[in-house]
Amino acid sequence: MLNIENIDVNYGAIRALVQVSLEVNEGEIVALIGANGAGKSTTLRSISGLVKPQSGKIIFEGKEIHNFPPHKVVEIGISQVPEGRRVFPLMTVLENLELGAFSRKDRAGIKEDINNIFLRFPRLEERKQQPAGTLSGGEQQMLAIGRALMSRPKLLLMDEPSMGLAPMLVQEIFNIVKEINQTGTTILLVEQNARMALSIANRAYVLETGSLAMSGSAKELAENEEVQKAYLGH
Amino acid sequence: MLSNFFVQLMNGIALGSTYALIALGYTMVYGIILLINFAHGEIFMSGAFVGLILVTVFHVHIIIAFLGAMLFCMIMGVIIEKIAYKPLRRSTRLAALISAIGVSIFLSNLANLIFGANPTSYPPTKEILFPVKSFELFAGAQVTNLQILIIATSAILMIILQYFIKNTRIGKAMRATSQDYDTAALMGINVNKIISYTFAIGSSLAAAGGVLVGIYFGVVKYNMGTLVGLKAFTAAVLGGIGSIPGAMFGGIALGIGEMFAVAIGLSSYRDAIAFGILIIVLLVKPTGLFGTEIQKKV
Ligand SMILES: Nc1ncnc2c1ncn2[C@@H]1O[C@H](COP(=O)(O)OP(=O)(O)OP(=O)(O)O)[C@@H](O)[C@H]1O
Ligand SMILES: [Mg+2]
Repeated sequence: MLNIENIDVNYGAIRALVQVSLEVNEGEIVALIGANGAGKSTTLRSISGLVKPQSGKIIFEGKEIHNFPPHKVVEIGISQVPEGRRVFPLMTVLENLELGAFSRKDRAGIKEDINNIFLRFPRLEERKQQPAGTLSGGEQQMLAIGRALMSRPKLLLMDEPSMGLAPMLVQEIFNIVKEINQTGTTILLVEQNARMALSIANRAYVLETGSLAMSGSAKELAENEEVQKAYLGH
Repeated sequence: MLSNFFVQLMNGIALGSTYALIALGYTMVYGIILLINFAHGEIFMSGAFVGLILVTVFHVHIIIAFLGAMLFCMIMGVIIEKIAYKPLRRSTRLAALISAIGVSIFLSNLANLIFGANPTSYPPTKEILFPVKSFELFAGAQVTNLQILIIATSAILMIILQYFIKNTRIGKAMRATSQDYDTAALMGINVNKIISYTFAIGSSLAAAGGVLVGIYFGVVKYNMGTLVGLKAFTAAVLGGIGSIPGAMFGGIALGIGEMFAVAIGLSSYRDAIAFGILIIVLLVKPTGLFGTEIQKKV
């Protein structure tokens, strides 16, 4: 479904990604793990068109998309839950969700999807007229996830959805990720919480300072000694 | 005494509502691309001249001229952004600022070349609109029909803007883009289009201000955009740059402040009032009265 082929991304003199290749197949949850500054967010930002790779290709459903502007990437079915939630703080919960559906025109479908999100996250419904900036961290994360679902993506990119949340909420977020996947959305999940990520993913990649260090099935990686030492704290 | 107070108040609100119209353009553009559009004052000036030409050369009704000036500057603002700012989007903010100053100098020199250095008169209000009359609202409280027209026109434009920003799809996208540029793009919003809309709306409001100022003061001049532009910018900063209600409030507050300075005999300092306010706001509360401190991520 998604193929990244040898992309390089530089921020000025900083080489954030060097010859990174990865693949996501339809229906999978693929985890991308790595330390701070490894280039995980940069990978997702390149897919979404927020940064342009200096070389290499990004192919989605057979189409080269590395020159697409971000709004075109959303239109072809890729949306992102950005790092740090990034809800629009001065807009209401409802407006945030409506913005997630910006690329769609089917009013009835949008309404239905908002209702579905409220069913899944009742706390958002109670707060639908409240500015998103007044929500708690966990609620903001639910909103960011709901908002990303509003475009009805085929592929959902999630950048550290468990960041800064209490352990109980972390568990809940991972359950939600699994649920979203089970309803037919493919997921590329960036996480620092490698243990959790590997427990729900089918496959995983490990990024180290901008390059791919390892890849394989989630199970393999979870049992790998190096991974255990570096990311699972054994 | 009371009557004088009221007259100055009405003068101040009329003047201030034109500042507010112009301040909106500064604040909207800054809210989205963090650029102080130094050419905005010249767009206001261009609007004033386009309105004048439409009335005196093409003999259209002043209402048509008013709308024509808005349309002209709408297009002009969009083109300026595409030529002078868009190519610098990924450069430093200083580069875009210098480009804006360049556009500003270019436009006022162009106007100087076309219209000369002397002030040009607007046709008398009684020919293009109605004879100016004073009304007495209550004991000694005078207001002219021209002032009412200027205040009402500005108010209508600002209400339409407020409705647009709050309720329409594009308006919501504009707010989202000003709160978080990258995340707005992740929503499927074409941010380049939103930036064009912002320049279009801001520039047409400045043009409206230009025609109103032309009618109110009766003269226009190639360099009128510099001083009024700086004052409107002050109004935007006073209200909190990036805040739309702030720009409206700041403009009217500045207009009233200026007229009262004149009333208490400080008329030779009237222009200094604005800059005094600018300095005080920047020192004491740089976010302005309505400014928020949401973190900008661009
Ligand atoms: N806008 C930017 N300008 C300059 N350098 C950047 C920029 N964004 C990221 N970088 C650099 O690129 C490298 C990769 O950053 P990236 O944000 O992709 O890492 P990450 O794996 O997501 O880290 P974290 O786990 O901390 O979120 C880092 O060295 C970072 O400092
Ligand atoms: Mg990151």
